[in-house]
Amino acid sequence: MDVVVCVKQIPDPADPGELNPDTKTLKRDTKLILDESDSYGVEMALQLVDAAGSGEVRLVSMTPGGETGGLRTALAMGAESAILVSDEALAGSDSLSTAKVLAAAIKRSNPDLILTATESSDGYTGTVPEQMAEILGLPSVTFGKEVSVDGELATVKRQTESGYDVVECPLPAVISVTAGVVEPRYPSFKGIMAAKNKPVEELDLAALEIDPATVGWAGARQEITEIADAPAREAGEVIVDEGEAHERIMAFLDELKVL
Amino acid sequence: MGFSKIWVHGEASDGVVASITLELLAKARELADSVEVVIAGDADSVAAELGDHGASVVHSIGPLDNGLAGPRIASAIADACSQGSGPDVLLCGTTYDGRDVAGRLSAKLDTPVITNVVDLKPDGDRLLAHEPVFGGTKDVFTGTTAEGLDIFVVRPKSFAAESTGGDPASVSTLQVGDLGGTGAAVVKDQFVEESSGPRLDEANIVVSGGRGLGEPDKYEMIEKLASLVKGAPGASRAVVDAGWVPYSYQVGQTGKVVKPTVYLACGISGATQHLVGMKGSANIIAINKDEEAPIFGIADLGIVGDVHKVLPKLIEALEAQ
Repeated sequence: MDVVVCVKQIPDPADPGELNPDTKTLKRDTKLILDESDSYGVEMALQLVDAAGSGEVRLVSMTPGGETGGLRTALAMGAESAILVSDEALAGSDSLSTAKVLAAAIKRSNPDLILTATESSDGYTGTVPEQMAEILGLPSVTFGKEVSVDGELATVKRQTESGYDVVECPLPAVISVTAGVVEPRYPSFKGIMAAKNKPVEELDLAALEIDPATVGWAGARQEITEIADAPAREAGEVIVDEGEAHERIMAFLDELKVL
Repeated sequence: MGFSKIWVHGEASDGVVASITLELLAKARELADSVEVVIAGDADSVAAELGDHGASVVHSIGPLDNGLAGPRIASAIADACSQGSGPDVLLCGTTYDGRDVAGRLSAKLDTPVITNVVDLKPDGDRLLAHEPVFGGTKDVFTGTTAEGLDIFVVRPKSFAAESTGGDPASVSTLQVGDLGGTGAAVVKDQFVEESSGPRLDEANIVVSGGRGLGEPDKYEMIEKLASLVKGAPGASRAVVDAGWVPYSYQVGQTGKVVKPTVYLACGISGATQHLVGMKGSANIIAINKDEEAPIFGIADLGIVGDVHKVLPKLIEALEAQ
């Protein structure tokens, strides 16, 4: 069974960056890392391929600037290869443009299963998996907590408001997985060394026959009309616990009459 | 007006309309002359409540028959749009099914979708969406320049639900066309996880735990506290990523946005990821060992202390009441 995992390389969330005031898109002059949200999909894919006994895990990603740092992390975990769509025209892509580009790259790979995170840590729209599934004409199950595959059928525990549904879905399919459902392995030294030589196929939009006008900021067909500072929230009383802090909390709750 | 007709993606279970749907109706009514709902399942059982909140028509796609809502509702709306009977604007909630519907429909109609919306305002013949970015430190207003339907995915608790005393909405059938392979996923079983308290995004009090709890077992203190104050337990992304509690517990930018009367943050340092999900709370109490923790910058009451010492005493005090 061949699994494609869609991964995003993002600026370190500890350093969230800022908007370019001229273009109103995210400034991307920092080093990119693997979105932690995607490490769960990579781990799950490795486990599923392992359980199937054959096949491989491949990565699909896109970026305007050709960065591969985040991809190398996922390759070091055990993915075999990657397709990186890299083109300056991708800057400012919205979720639909992203889905169009990823779908075009996935088609070249023809996998049995496509795994994604539920949402990226920096854009967090949470719509790309469904948009991609629709473009590919595939069924999908979002917000998966647990995924198993038996032959041509995936069984997914899908998060719901009140618990979870057990959903069966024929393959090929797009499945998004929530964070924390598996424990992503740490790349071993051997894995890190091997990752340096694993194939990363870099494609531009022309190679995928995508019109640059349909993606990126132009394809997003959105305009930001206003950027303003959000009203700040003030710090209140701060006390150091000397063994009686719980009494202050009780008094605070009493004043609010919420107990 | 370009947005004279707004449809709301309705969600309900067991004949009770979800809060998010009523919140979206309240805003839609303010923005448009005609407000209608599109919903799966037993529309007749919710027509009165939807009408009471301002919907004139409920477009029913009928029972899901164990299929998933996303592809079915999206297909029905897309067909309505192509026949000229669809809406100008669709509002979905940031929910499991809401995002599925918005994503599927966006791709079907090749139209953008604007997500993480917390407010909407008219701008000529279109709507502008207000989205908080960079951990809620900046407010951005975005509009689309695309032709046709505008799709917005709106965060829960962005608007207050309000009854209008309106008549029951009339129920009309909306056909779902051929889904091809896209609708092939089938729900085989449903599990309700036991939860005695209110829902996380509807609770009056939220008690959240973070990495400062040290180990998974200690999360029990958070559940105990939440149950004592009749609130809901929540968690930071760090402990969800670590697998202590499911994603449904997560408060933050990725996860749920909550606005309770009281938010009690225990052992949470306050990464921007977390703050954006709870800074709209009316009152914030924070307990953290590190006096430099960013959470203290927005807390109304900050306790510099060890959660392992403060929480057991707080539990004891609440039990004594």
